[in-house]
Amino acid sequence: MEISGVGATQIPVALGRFRDEATSSVALAAIIKADLERSGAFRIIDTAPGLDERSTVDLPAFRSRGADALVAGSVARLADGRFDVRYKLWDAVRGEPLLGQSKVVLQADLRLAAHRVADEIHEKLTGERGVFATRIAYVLRTGKRFSLHITDPDGEGGQVALASAEPIISPAWAPDGRRLAYVSFETQKAVVWVQDLTTGERRMVANFKGSNSAPAWSPDGQRLAVTLSQDGPAQLYVISAQGGTPTRLTRSSAIDTEATFSPDGRQVYFVSDRGGGPQIYRVGIDGGNPERVTFSGDYNISPSVSPDGKTLAFITRRGAGFRLMVQDLGSGNTAANAITDTQDDESPSFAPNGRMIVYATRTQGVDVLMTTTLDGKIKTRLLSSGADMREPAWGPFAR
Amino acid sequence: MKRNLSAVMLAVAATLVLVAGCESPSKVAGGASLAPVETRTPVSTAAAGAGTGATASGTPQSGVSTVDLTARSLAGGAAAGTALMAAPAQRIVYFDYDSFTIKDEFQGLLDGHAKALSRAAAKRMVVEGHTDERGGREYNLALGQKRAEAVAKSLALLGVPESRIEAVSFGEERPAVAGADESAWSRNRRAELKDR
Repeated sequence: MEISGVGATQIPVALGRFRDEATSSVALAAIIKADLERSGAFRIIDTAPGLDERSTVDLPAFRSRGADALVAGSVARLADGRFDVRYKLWDAVRGEPLLGQSKVVLQADLRLAAHRVADEIHEKLTGERGVFATRIAYVLRTGKRFSLHITDPDGEGGQVALASAEPIISPAWAPDGRRLAYVSFETQKAVVWVQDLTTGERRMVANFKGSNSAPAWSPDGQRLAVTLSQDGPAQLYVISAQGGTPTRLTRSSAIDTEATFSPDGRQVYFVSDRGGGPQIYRVGIDGGNPERVTFSGDYNISPSVSPDGKTLAFITRRGAGFRLMVQDLGSGNTAANAITDTQDDESPSFAPNGRMIVYATRTQGVDVLMTTTLDGKIKTRLLSSGADMREPAWGPFAR
Repeated sequence: MKRNLSAVMLAVAATLVLVAGCESPSKVAGGASLAPVETRTPVSTAAAGAGTGATASGTPQSGVSTVDLTARSLAGGAAAGTALMAAPAQRIVYFDYDSFTIKDEFQGLLDGHAKALSRAAAKRMVVEGHTDERGGREYNLALGQKRAEAVAKSLALLGVPESRIEAVSFGEERPAVAGADESAWSRNRRAELKDR
């Protein structure tokens, strides 16, 4: 896992292999270590195996090795084939235990269990929720085949939700993390589908005349904002997640597209070229006059709003390049800052704790999915591929 | 030409069989019925329960069922959509960068198609709009739609009823020519007229 950039003070944590983790065939401690280090908030001090959550530990000894905290645990295979993952977290400075947990999981959920342990440690020591147990969706094109992938935020555990001979674009997570909306061209036009990830069950939600695209979920998971071409080349509508009759949201003779809801569900941010080139606007969910939000440059697209509603991430075209930008919302200051130094950025998506953004870009001829902190200081390469990899979308806290 | 027609028909027919009742393109939009759910036998990719006589039951939370559309026999549909297969020149209108204006040189082509459509009352057409690769995907999808609609509008002005033409867009998703220079880009900024 490649991490670059100088971070703020990192909490040193001693961590070693969990007792008997080899019997589960999943390297739990290594996953936890990689998660914690990737957040930029921790530095792991490797310790020899031999400790577990029941051990009597010499906390002053760990303190003198530079650790502020210690983690030790074990994995036990139960008679029914499930695994019991247990761990304890100690505060080495105050010399006392902080947290002890047990999780019983199916073998297929061992990676998830490790990510949850990392989340719990992250939250206990920083006060902020971790996103290690969330998932990221993205689209891969290899030759003439397109596939929609779901991966853990460490780039591992990848599974395929949809394989198709036709393009797939614009994946969007339902707030419950169980469904994805996306646009598929399998019927020789753009149609919005919603698919249940666990069962594979899928339905068309918008298949009106012309193109149907850019699905975005309302925060209550009941409705989707979509772009339809039935009244103009591209206008915004709101439709039930079950399908049905859409309600028109924007009324312009321009292209209005790429809707995304504000976290309180009361406004929709979107892209419009009503002023000439594409810019980002916002409009109340009950209609009204849209208000322009971006003012730097002449081409701003792909808005993503932070979970606290305070920050906007988007893509700006600068010369021949496309750059990821962040801008403060609500302060009235419309200055935007570039937080990458690459030229081919696309599809920014906030992590549900608001601390990181995932995006796609290209470096040295290779497509990569990257995460970055909001100040651009800590970046991680999640995945790289010689194939065409794009459209990452960060899923919610749900599992 | 014939292969395109039968391929598109096969794809559309297969889809209608599987998702009966969905909005057909020629209907006036609005009042769409609720789309029925398409259930697929999941091909589980989760490793649950693998190995030594484990009797653990239950669905893993991490499990994602794979829906493989390429496993259906939509070979015809796939061929119709082949990215690098350009239709014969007389079915393609090309556009300048950032433009959806139909240049005079394509007027004859449109006249010809309008006449053909007038002669065959049952004949229907789809106009597929495309862009070059530069710019955002959704914005380009909308630009491609504008190009397709400009062609459809021209045909309508030449007397073809709107109900017989559907304008759709592939944005930048189906380039005719691979490449990152103006030679490729200019051949991707296009609208293709296809029989239905």
